[in-house]
Amino acid sequence: MAGKPKLYYFDGRGKMEPIRWLLAAAGVEFEEELLETREQYEKLLQDGDLLFQQVPMVEIDGMKMVQTRAILRYIAAKHNLYGKDLKEQALIDMYVEGTTDLMGLILMYPFLSPEDKEKQLATIIDKATKRYFPVYEKVLKDHGQDFLVGNQFSWADVHLIESILMVEEKSCDVLSEFPQLQAFKARISNIPNIKKFLEPGSQRKPVPDDKYVETVRRVLQAYYVVKAT
Amino acid sequence: MAGKPRLHYFNGRGRMETIRWLLAAAGVEYEEQFIKSKEDLEKLKKDGDLLFQQVPMVEIDGMKMVQTRAILNYIAAKYNLCGKDLKEKALMDMYIEGIMDLGEMILMHPMKPADAKEKDLALIIERATTRYFPVFEKVFKDHGQDYLVGNKFSRADVQLLELILITEELKPDILSKFPLLKAYKGRISNIPTIKKFLQPGSARKQPMDEKKLAEAIKIFS
Repeated sequence: MAGKPKLYYFDGRGKMEPIRWLLAAAGVEFEEELLETREQYEKLLQDGDLLFQQVPMVEIDGMKMVQTRAILRYIAAKHNLYGKDLKEQALIDMYVEGTTDLMGLILMYPFLSPEDKEKQLATIIDKATKRYFPVYEKVLKDHGQDFLVGNQFSWADVHLIESILMVEEKSCDVLSEFPQLQAFKARISNIPNIKKFLEPGSQRKPVPDDKYVETVRRVLQAYYVVKAT
Repeated sequence: MAGKPRLHYFNGRGRMETIRWLLAAAGVEYEEQFIKSKEDLEKLKKDGDLLFQQVPMVEIDGMKMVQTRAILNYIAAKYNLCGKDLKEKALMDMYIEGIMDLGEMILMHPMKPADAKEKDLALIIERATTRYFPVFEKVFKDHGQDYLVGNKFSRADVQLLELILITEELKPDILSKFPLLKAYKGRISNIPTIKKFLQPGSARKQPMDEKKLAEAIKIFS
């Protein structure tokens, strides 16, 4: 009998955070092995646990899964969070890829120089308010339903609320022109599994800080310069 | 009744090429509307045809689909080129995402500044030969089957063949240490729909050259 999924990553958000969100939303308890040292990472490599030598890695249902999207798709499909047919899946995929692109802008932010951080922040707000949020605002306005796709809670809703909260951390009034998204945020935040995940003490990770950046660089021995998009 | 899928992109590989491969592999005929100028792109945006103001966009089954992976997932599922159950799909997705990571490096390579190109090429070759190709060589060594997943032709095979060919364009002897991948390349290239796509005159696009890069920059910047 398979135990709880086990997540291998640094003690921070990075590429693992959407996976934590989705497992939490699905009501799945999980364990974490947090990578603090180079030695831990090298052991995973030596044991052949990382298919492409990278984390995230999630032990789940007898598999050592890598690649964020592969892991997310598996969890979504397994827990009925991926729409009821091909067309709903197509919509969910489109919406999730959009929020992935948006969160991708924020993902690299902590690794940038102070000048590049300023530039990137402007890009994040600009893209959020002109390219991404208007799309989801319109989707909700047009169908008037509670959830993005198929009148049913799905992966797309989890991913969207995660991205909204992330952008709000950078600019607290970013939803001021998006009343549908404000209502959506309140609604989804109140879903019991989500509410629990948003409470202190959950496995949700905080905004990345310098300590996180230092840990990632140390463990991966990746000291190259990251440039803004 | 839905007509043929219609692809909206510029006349080059870019992020649309894998979609062209997959449709071809599935034996699906399609049309292409080439974006030739900034005005063409602006018109698509103004008409509300691009969900996130970006291409690729594919008109298919009454939808205007965007986002490369969303489009690929839909085509693969519709034409039975994905795994037969959740676990096969998981394995396939892992392989495909690895393939796309290396593919992304190759995609971005022509746009690197001149003084960074050589180092970038070296990194691509290193990743191909130490991170990605060894994984797939081992998959074939371990299961001894003709296809990557589930003993059946799938999108993973299409995407891996594409990757092998574009990496070979950068370094022709890149498969020298991967005999199983060499055999695999021969096998998959001979599948009728793939063979047809590899022939001159197909919808397959040529590698990016200086002229195409200039064209793309003009349209998309």
